[in-house]
Amino acid sequence: MGTQALVNDPFAVGTSVRIRPFMPPGHVRAPVYLRGKTGTIERAIAPFKNPEQLAYGLPAKEHMLYRVRFRAGDVWDKDAENPDDMIEAEIYAHWIEKMDQSHAA
Amino acid sequence: MDTQTDGRRWHDMGGQDAGPISDDQHDFSLWEKRVDALMILCSGKGYFTVDGLRRVLEDMGEEAFETMSYYERWIASINQNLIESSAYTTEELATKMAEVEARGTTYGDASLGK
Repeated sequence: MGTQALVNDPFAVGTSVRIRPFMPPGHVRAPVYLRGKTGTIERAIAPFKNPEQLAYGLPAKEHMLYRVRFRAGDVWDKDAENPDDMIEAEIYAHWIEKMDQSHAA
Repeated sequence: MDTQTDGRRWHDMGGQDAGPISDDQHDFSLWEKRVDALMILCSGKGYFTVDGLRRVLEDMGEEAFETMSYYERWIASINQNLIESSAYTTEELATKMAEVEARGTTYGDASLGK
């Protein structure tokens, strides 16, 4: 546990968050269907070396990986067969922003 | 709604219409098992990670996805990553490929240890 102290862990369980809507080229680990969507932090899983740097053979900093929970209706809008179903996805901290930060975008 | 979809890369398919999914099973051939083992060895030796494998598979593009088999794409990606991580040079690879090819045209003939 002590080794994780240096990893930024900004999101408490239950925090309302949005997946950042950016569309950079290259190897990224936030699926497009969730970018720009809102959900809540279900848990912090563990820090891992950033796969977006590892993919290029580069030294990688550790980033916290979160399980984020989404309402199907918030992800698929009218296409959701059961809008209250849940989707959970594992997303790195650098792809997540708090809702109160997102309104400017 | 507010999700941007321009800039989506071909492999990032979540939520898009898809055709029927084949649930056919098949036995893997020896070379396919060896490619799988090679990936495990490469990551264990620290040459590259599964993230690098994925990155090159994505960069190979949709045409490769349609025309090459699963492990054909894997061995192409493994090779690319091994060159990038200095495991061998393209010249060394060419020399080895010629050496193996000279042993014979069948998989058995080309294998060592007969």
